[in-house]
Amino acid sequence: MRDLVLEIKNLSIRYKTDLETVYAVNNISFSLEKGQTLGIVGETGAGKTTAALSILKLLPERISQVAEGEILLGDKDILQLSDVEIRKIRGNKIAMIFQDPMTSLNPVMTIGEQIYEALFFHKHVGARREDLEKRVDEVLSLVGISPMRKGDYPHQFSGGMKQRVVIAIALACEPEILIADEPTTALDVTIQAQVLSMINELQMSLNTSMIMITHDLGVVAKTCDDVAIMYAGELIETGTAGDIFCSKQHHPYTEGLFGSIPNLKVEARRLNPIPGLMPDPTIIVPGCKFAQRCPKAMDVCIKVHPQEFVRGSHRIKCHLFQKGRDTDE
Amino acid sequence: MNRDESLISADKPLVETVDLKKYFKVRDGVLHAVDSVSLEVYEGKTLGIVGESGCGKSTLGRSILRLVEPTSGDIRFRGQSIVNYSKKEMQEMRKKMQIIFQDPYSSINPRMSVIEIIAEFMIVNHTYDSKRACLNQAAQLMDVVGLARRCANVYPHELDGGRRQRIGVARALSLQPEFIVCDEPVSALDVSIQAQILNLLMDLQEEKGLAYIFITHDLSVVKHISQEIVVMYLGKCVEKAKTRDLFSNPKHPYTKALLASIPMPDITMRSKEIHTIKGEVTNPINPKPICRFANRCNLSKEICNQVEPPLKEAGPGHFVSCHFA
Repeated sequence: MRDLVLEIKNLSIRYKTDLETVYAVNNISFSLEKGQTLGIVGETGAGKTTAALSILKLLPERISQVAEGEILLGDKDILQLSDVEIRKIRGNKIAMIFQDPMTSLNPVMTIGEQIYEALFFHKHVGARREDLEKRVDEVLSLVGISPMRKGDYPHQFSGGMKQRVVIAIALACEPEILIADEPTTALDVTIQAQVLSMINELQMSLNTSMIMITHDLGVVAKTCDDVAIMYAGELIETGTAGDIFCSKQHHPYTEGLFGSIPNLKVEARRLNPIPGLMPDPTIIVPGCKFAQRCPKAMDVCIKVHPQEFVRGSHRIKCHLFQKGRDTDE
Repeated sequence: MNRDESLISADKPLVETVDLKKYFKVRDGVLHAVDSVSLEVYEGKTLGIVGESGCGKSTLGRSILRLVEPTSGDIRFRGQSIVNYSKKEMQEMRKKMQIIFQDPYSSINPRMSVIEIIAEFMIVNHTYDSKRACLNQAAQLMDVVGLARRCANVYPHELDGGRRQRIGVARALSLQPEFIVCDEPVSALDVSIQAQILNLLMDLQEEKGLAYIFITHDLSVVKHISQEIVVMYLGKCVEKAKTRDLFSNPKHPYTKALLASIPMPDITMRSKEIHTIKGEVTNPINPKPICRFANRCNLSKEICNQVEPPLKEAGPGHFVSCHFA
């Protein structure tokens, strides 16, 4: 039996300005299982961060609009919660790690205070200061920082250490779900490897469910159980890590993504990039959004929005796989 | 320093540095940003420079163009030393040596249109008789780098990162240089766009015989584009080898760690523990004359904390600075 902790159904998000409407997220559905990691992969502007922010109701209020959909945490729809109710979930049940550790910490508070703050607002009922302070020490050692340094300010830490502090804040309240928005993109490879293996270990020991947002398929291969590939606000391919990395059938965009990665093992000199750019998100096209860049585009691709092709856990939104075509692997 | 002129080709290098140093005086002492780096770049070839943030790779790139003045050492262009060139002579020189910067968002003037940005160098240098002619040439350069002509009169903020970086490439090409320093030109771009720009740079090299120094922190990128690679750590060149040798037979423990740290898009590798190095880059201010990698190295022995390892030849054309390589 699948033990779902978070379920997103038919979510669509728009940004409205006086001039135009940006269709940032279009009818996406996915779910997160207990203790598993879901990777959301896509390029800049694919809508991955927008989707993640909506889970915590952190979208800019004035211009964003959830057009439809549900975000179910247990039996509650997060979208229907009041500000007071969502505040109890944010940082407590669902925590977030932001991309840039340089800007997500408060420069004028010591890191100890910043972790304490998160604990204080969520666990203050009946908690004594000493207990909370002890917990601060605990989470700091959990992420590999000596508790001796809790009186230091963020500028006294390097990028990798700052990201550890951010992770410590996120983990302080033992959240059920951790959303990591490109947690290692701003870090050097050797530090990235350290942080990723730390995240993996912590997740294992705490049994937290995680959504890992990234554009790096290498990071996905290292950390994720399930993968969702996002393009122009849609999930174009989803499946287990095995489906995405080992199966022979793929959405042409996924193939393009793999082709674009400089591969250390292959001797080829030229890369095979996807031609062109992502479509303008202010325009709705009737057909497949990838059709213009797709090397396998057919007439039907421009006219009709593709349905999902499902095989086991693997889902691909592409006309190539309709009507039982290519069923044998 | 061990140097073998016949190493890559019998030709003379187009650009070379000899014991190039750049130190910055800071409050706490002297920061060794680039420390005795010697390298050669050959016509039509690419030299990759790899290292983590703060290892001095960008400072090295800039000091070769004398955008920052080197503290000591020599820079030669076609065998001619350029370190003592006057400002005026250097201006002439820079027509032959150009740079593409990392960040396509901050390296181009937001108040100039695309065509003006590309034509600017030619207008300033009176490359052509009239401004008109310069603009025409700029329009042709737009074709070369794959920018649609309809973008000629738009401003940079209207374009995405990939197109902006194409402006940077066109601008660097505008004076018909022989040598271009590419300072992390694709780091700020998405992977599919990154591949487009890398292919563009390689095509231009083939067509025009350009020599590149390609600075990056990403070993997989540098593998595709370079023939030779210099790995830097805290201002020092720790390993220098032909690309194939470096990847098939890395000798310095730091190079091995860098290679092992790259997450591969392959789940069969997953069960393998990430063999990464512990700790972080140490302080480049007043470094002791010992192996700078010693405190993070799993091979380090007593000697590493006493003697600085020299850059020695460990195979044909393969230089490494480690006591145990």
